[in-house]
Amino acid sequence: VENVRLLDRLSSRKAALGTLYLTATHVIFVENGSEARKETWVLHSQISSVEKQATTATGCPLLIRCKNFQVIQLVIPQERDCHDVYISLIRLTRPVKYEELYCFSFNPKLDKEEREQGWKLVDLNEEYNRMGIPNNYWQISDVNRDYGVCDSYPTEVYVPKSATAHIIVGSSKFRSRRRFPALSYYCKDNNASICRSSQPLSGFSARCLEDEQMLQAIRKANPGSDFIYVVDTRPKLNAMANRAAGKGYENEDNYSNIKFQFIGIENIHVMRNSLQKMLEVCELKSPSMSDFLWGLENSGWLKHIKAIMDAGIFIAKAVAEEGVSVLVHCSDGWDRTAQVCSVASLLLDPYYRTMKGFMVLIEKDWVSFGHKFNHRYGNLDGDPKEISPVIDQFLECVWQLMEQFPCAFEFNERFLIHIQHHIYSCQFGNFLCNSQKERRELKIQERTYSLWAHLWKNRADYLNPLYRPDHSKTQGTLCPQMAPCNFLYKFWSGMYNRFEKGLHPRQSVTDYLMAVKEETQQLEEELEVLGERLANLQKTQLNDNKVKSKQQDQSKHLGLSTSSNSLANTPQEYSNDLKSFPSRSPSQGDEEDSALILTQDNLKSSDPDLSANSDQESGVEDLSCRSPSVGGCLPSEDSGKDSDEAVFLA
Amino acid sequence: MLRSSQPLTGPNRKRCREDELLLQMVLDKGEQGFIIDTRSAQAAKQARMTGGGTEPKSSYPQWRQLHQPLERGRSLQESFIKLVEACNNTLTNMDRWLSRLESCRWLSHVKAALSTACLAAQCMDREEASVLVHGVEGTDTTLLVTALAQVILDPSCRTLTGFQGLLEREWIQAGHPFHLRCARSASSHARLKQEAPLFLLFLDCVWQLSHQFPFSLEFSERLLLTLFDNAYASAYGIFLCNNEKERCLCKVKESTHSLWAWLNQPGEKRKYLNPLYSPNAVVIWPSVEPQSIQLWQGLFFRWIRSSQHLDEAWGEIQRLAE
Repeated sequence: VENVRLLDRLSSRKAALGTLYLTATHVIFVENGSEARKETWVLHSQISSVEKQATTATGCPLLIRCKNFQVIQLVIPQERDCHDVYISLIRLTRPVKYEELYCFSFNPKLDKEEREQGWKLVDLNEEYNRMGIPNNYWQISDVNRDYGVCDSYPTEVYVPKSATAHIIVGSSKFRSRRRFPALSYYCKDNNASICRSSQPLSGFSARCLEDEQMLQAIRKANPGSDFIYVVDTRPKLNAMANRAAGKGYENEDNYSNIKFQFIGIENIHVMRNSLQKMLEVCELKSPSMSDFLWGLENSGWLKHIKAIMDAGIFIAKAVAEEGVSVLVHCSDGWDRTAQVCSVASLLLDPYYRTMKGFMVLIEKDWVSFGHKFNHRYGNLDGDPKEISPVIDQFLECVWQLMEQFPCAFEFNERFLIHIQHHIYSCQFGNFLCNSQKERRELKIQERTYSLWAHLWKNRADYLNPLYRPDHSKTQGTLCPQMAPCNFLYKFWSGMYNRFEKGLHPRQSVTDYLMAVKEETQQLEEELEVLGERLANLQKTQLNDNKVKSKQQDQSKHLGLSTSSNSLANTPQEYSNDLKSFPSRSPSQGDEEDSALILTQDNLKSSDPDLSANSDQESGVEDLSCRSPSVGGCLPSEDSGKDSDEAVFLA
Repeated sequence: MLRSSQPLTGPNRKRCREDELLLQMVLDKGEQGFIIDTRSAQAAKQARMTGGGTEPKSSYPQWRQLHQPLERGRSLQESFIKLVEACNNTLTNMDRWLSRLESCRWLSHVKAALSTACLAAQCMDREEASVLVHGVEGTDTTLLVTALAQVILDPSCRTLTGFQGLLEREWIQAGHPFHLRCARSASSHARLKQEAPLFLLFLDCVWQLSHQFPFSLEFSERLLLTLFDNAYASAYGIFLCNNEKERCLCKVKESTHSLWAWLNQPGEKRKYLNPLYSPNAVVIWPSVEPQSIQLWQGLFFRWIRSSQHLDEAWGEIQRLAE
């Protein structure tokens, strides 16, 4: 569709005119004119909702909201065309079969072996070995080898040595969805562990010997303590209400030596609404400070983040400081339980703060333990009531921690944002379906590629320059304080306003420091090499005074932030009195801005794969080219483009 | 950019030929200038009842008036006190925190100050027009705007020496009454009539700029904190008294030492420099969206929360940059 306008939320004057394309996998907007052909690419999987708004004099507005919080406002001149686009998008963004998803057509040009290697990058057996298992207290069990005991659990689970198959099976019958207590994290320093399960089917008075034995087994696996904590992450009221439905929570009288604790994290529906409200605040046009703070307050979002964090802190403290094992559950043990266990693990073990370790953590507590990715993030068209930003909240907890402990994480904010992006993009197969069983049935590993391999290949982009592995803080438990003013939760504008470039610092300190670090390293290596050469020369030509050491200035063009041109930005609208500057035409002074963003962002393309085939300097885009270059406004990763032939199937 | 105090138009719409001529001479024939009045249109109008007022359009035809109300005086001080109280109250749970932050309105004042300064800068840089800034007395919000606009527009004001020069010109010599304004700060029970944290608001705005443009200021947060401290209580004489006249009478220059002299010593200076600084020649336009304006934790949580990890990070940045 031609003559479509793309509006900018912050400045209504900055509308771009261009052509809109719909393909089998993407929506693409290509801006007209100027040598810098700016493109905006959006994967259908990323689209959360499409809204057709009332036709005005200027055309028919279409609002596209994405799961990665990008909001695209288009104005299509003809109502008929707008309707067609709308209907098409509705169909394209609601896939019915897995095969319709991008990951099955995505082709990064790797051979079969490379694809396999990619999937092998994260190995959970290795991880449990690293923890020190199997050992005297814990062992691997194959009781679930055919998913016969619990179909949402992995085939390999780790249980206490004294938990026989009989006990496990018996316990599973007493747990919602058969999700019996299994090991999430083991602390080899003091034998304390974090186990996870779902709620017991205790109703008001039901008991199960095997389930009680299971908890005893967990306690016995830690000789250093004579009790375990049982943490129910639900609000007490909800848990009690579940009793009427034959479920509920553990009665301290029935289970010997447990200390029971409610944490009070709200359910998926509350969280879904909370995010919705917060996004509404983000969409306000020219909000006042009050509008914003009130809106944020009303959404309750940061309060929920804090609740998850506090739960993680409680568990980490129990394990690290008290040396007591903890059993965590919620209702079904696949949402709040996953959040809380992974936050606690992150606090406890510095390995999970490395890039590789973080991938392992997600693979362990989210992927293998059956978090319902399909239902929660809408891979396929499904029940809207199942949708909820569960893993988004976890990622935000990690970001909040990174803000408080800037030297403790090996990876940076961009890493988290790209992971979130790909959980929704379905470009890779890691986060499809609802369980390991479903993924194996679909033969995901043979038909799709692993995100972890992709991120690992580009790990240079995701490093935190302030991270030092020998740092005291990175070697131990992180202890964020729980009181609110001591640990202030910030609004994550890097995530929720990701695509609004006007809001962010234009210069990335992270990127600059990484470049500096790289350059320093290069110079040091260079110096070493030259030093050796010099020593050799001096040996062979003892009396030759004309030894020239080629001290070439190899200072790499850092290309970031140091030149004036890269910083030049444009003023937004500062006055409510819009009639102040009638003399200004919309494009005045903004051209250089756009061109500069193009050059700037291209230098640090988040997807280096693409840089090879495109002419970055002029930004000229050849649509037939395999790897389109980064669009002006959006780094390629963000717009979900990748070298891909399937695009042209439509 | 010019600054003044309000014209004494009064209820009878007095005119002053000399004042009109002066402003006329600033502009070329046919050129337009902007007057940024830091009071609301209504407040400015009401000022006539007490002898003040605004420049009437008929007498100043080449000047276009813009009203950008900024908070000053008593209510600004209350806002500051409320914020400090909210920060100190660690019993507040998460919910109430955002409410309290909102109700003290400090961040709204920061947003308004930045917006006004940007507007002034925009007039000059984009419209290439002259600007006259005034409020009531020309000693508070006026100086806030003119000083901040210069940091935005002029790269030399972003250097350490340039910034010092800016403070000297736009705050000290221009006659901001430091003695009256920076008396007891936020914790004292005595609510002095003339006390108001305009200078702190200015420093907060500068901090916002450093946060949005981490490579553009030669000095670090530490300098801003030091200036804040010294404005209220100092071993040095620069912030004494209320204006040059008083300083002369008190023989400040003869009897005290200058803060600048101390800061500029090579040993000291190093502590106040920003390791990421890279001089640029452009105008820096900050975002004034609420998401972009942050609470200056380095100041407001200074004594409440351990800055150990952030200091560590800062140390690492310095190490890398060196």
